[in-house]
Amino acid sequence: MRTLSWVYLGAIFTFILLPVVVLVIFSFQDGRLPVPPFKGATLKWYAKILADRDLMEALVNSLMVAVLSSLVAVTLGFLAASGLARTVLPGSALMRGLLIAPMTVSYLIIGLGLLQMFNQVGIRPSLLATGIGHVVINLPLCFAIVYAAIGEHQKSALQAARDLGAREWQVLWHIAAPMLAPSLAAAFFLSFTFSWDEFIIAFLLTRFDVTLPVEIWSMLRSGLSPATNAVGSLVFLVSVAVVVTLELTLFRKGSK
Amino acid sequence: MTAEVQIRSVSHRFQSFTALEGIDLEIAAGEFIVLLGPSGCGKTTLLSIIGGFLTPSEGEIVIGGRDMTRVAPKDRPTTTMFQDYALFPHMNLRDNVAFGLRMRGVGRKARHDRALEMLEMVGLSAFAARKPHALSGGQRQRVALARALAVEPDVLLLDEPLGALDLKLRRQMQDELKNIQRKVGTTFIHVTHDQEEAMAIADRIVVMNRGHIEHFGTPEDVYLRPRTLFSADFMGEMNRIPVRRDGGNSVSPLGPLPLDLGEGLLCLRPENIGFEGSFSLGRARLQEAAFFGTHHRCHFVPLNAPDLTLTVNLPQGAHPAPGAEVELFGRDPVLLSEDGR
Repeated sequence: MRTLSWVYLGAIFTFILLPVVVLVIFSFQDGRLPVPPFKGATLKWYAKILADRDLMEALVNSLMVAVLSSLVAVTLGFLAASGLARTVLPGSALMRGLLIAPMTVSYLIIGLGLLQMFNQVGIRPSLLATGIGHVVINLPLCFAIVYAAIGEHQKSALQAARDLGAREWQVLWHIAAPMLAPSLAAAFFLSFTFSWDEFIIAFLLTRFDVTLPVEIWSMLRSGLSPATNAVGSLVFLVSVAVVVTLELTLFRKGSK
Repeated sequence: MTAEVQIRSVSHRFQSFTALEGIDLEIAAGEFIVLLGPSGCGKTTLLSIIGGFLTPSEGEIVIGGRDMTRVAPKDRPTTTMFQDYALFPHMNLRDNVAFGLRMRGVGRKARHDRALEMLEMVGLSAFAARKPHALSGGQRQRVALARALAVEPDVLLLDEPLGALDLKLRRQMQDELKNIQRKVGTTFIHVTHDQEEAMAIADRIVVMNRGHIEHFGTPEDVYLRPRTLFSADFMGEMNRIPVRRDGGNSVSPLGPLPLDLGEGLLCLRPENIGFEGSFSLGRARLQEAAFFGTHHRCHFVPLNAPDLTLTVNLPQGAHPAPGAEVELFGRDPVLLSEDGR
């Protein structure tokens, strides 16, 4: 039975990780095509992509969009969660539902909607438009994470702060935000990773300056190459780094 | 800093539920008041209204001569010590205690000095740099008290602050609260459902039930001369003997009593019945007895009224033998009408 469990575990990990492992391995392929057989290791593809200006520009764009849109999404989510947790308004449940609803809509639909709306109000497809799109998809997530973290304990501390003379912004800044720091950080990092490898919205809402996933897509159109694998590996590395940071700092602290 | 508090015909309703009905209360400056009652009696609602966390449906709250009914908590001369302490977990004790002063724009040096002074008062100055999670329940309690008092409120509101502590610590904190209140002179309004705690610390007790005040008086008053059956029962055990008037005497199931009382329920505390007293309750047989440390708690069945049971607290050393027949006497009788008014 024990052996079987281990076999099962191994099978699951293989199933989940094999594609990524293959991707990473063939990014070192010393040949023109990232397909078996493996002809030996080289770093030349990495050198090539790091020297590629378009690609590096897209990488910086992606980082910028991810950081800024996540900051905005976390801030808005935090404010919405604090407000809805503090006061019971008529239709509070409905408001919570509406805030979380975009999570259930596919990115394609959201992207199309944004594209049409931006056309109406005159916002050109750009990194700004993409950033706004990423706020739209990440705000529900941030709201849900922060709202779930506000418990009775927090509420009474906030009440105590008001009782001691704090204005509403002081309550949020001095008490609520520090007390919710682990969930705010979790929300930020999750938003960051979602924005970092989001493709559909970025594809629909960018034109000249593009994000990394869009750039990779255009690379793929010219055929498979170990260079795309190398880019993919880099993107994966960043995501892994974020998750590991999260795991080592926040989640470990939370479980203590 | 201290102020008097006037509560004028305050009523409060939550949707269809009436939590408070026509509450009138005059609290003098520097008094230690306890709001006492079972859960759901409205005592916490009243405290929230005084603190500004709730606006009453009707009536007004006047603190220090100023109408505070619609003033936000942060602008009131009140602070609250919360049931779950509500300390700020990310701040050390000094910053917790200094928070109120910081919000009032007091400079860093001045507020830190004041915070240390307050921590000194509650005996925790050595822990100023620690975070709340490193403290025991009783210590957190003291920090909450220091924090609430650091801003020199006129009125301190205490919401069942000792409920989570064990008995010994609770007694100790009661004494400390009382001492600190004497020292700072602030008006304290303390909510509890523990009548012993209420008597131990209060200058005056407000006994509450179902959203109204049953009795407002000193602990002696409330315990010895209860005004209603509810407050009589709530303050401690009570023997009830129905009596009616017959000429100059009172007649009860125990037989005629040499008292001129009238019609109603004769209420006697268990410790006010014994082998001597101001009037005889006739002979009774001891049914059972249990030793409680400070006294023996005994159940007597009066020979004249076999369906009544009298609970009697006899002093240590007065060893009753089960089955023995003795004459019982009562003192400090209180007569209350049947309907509790």
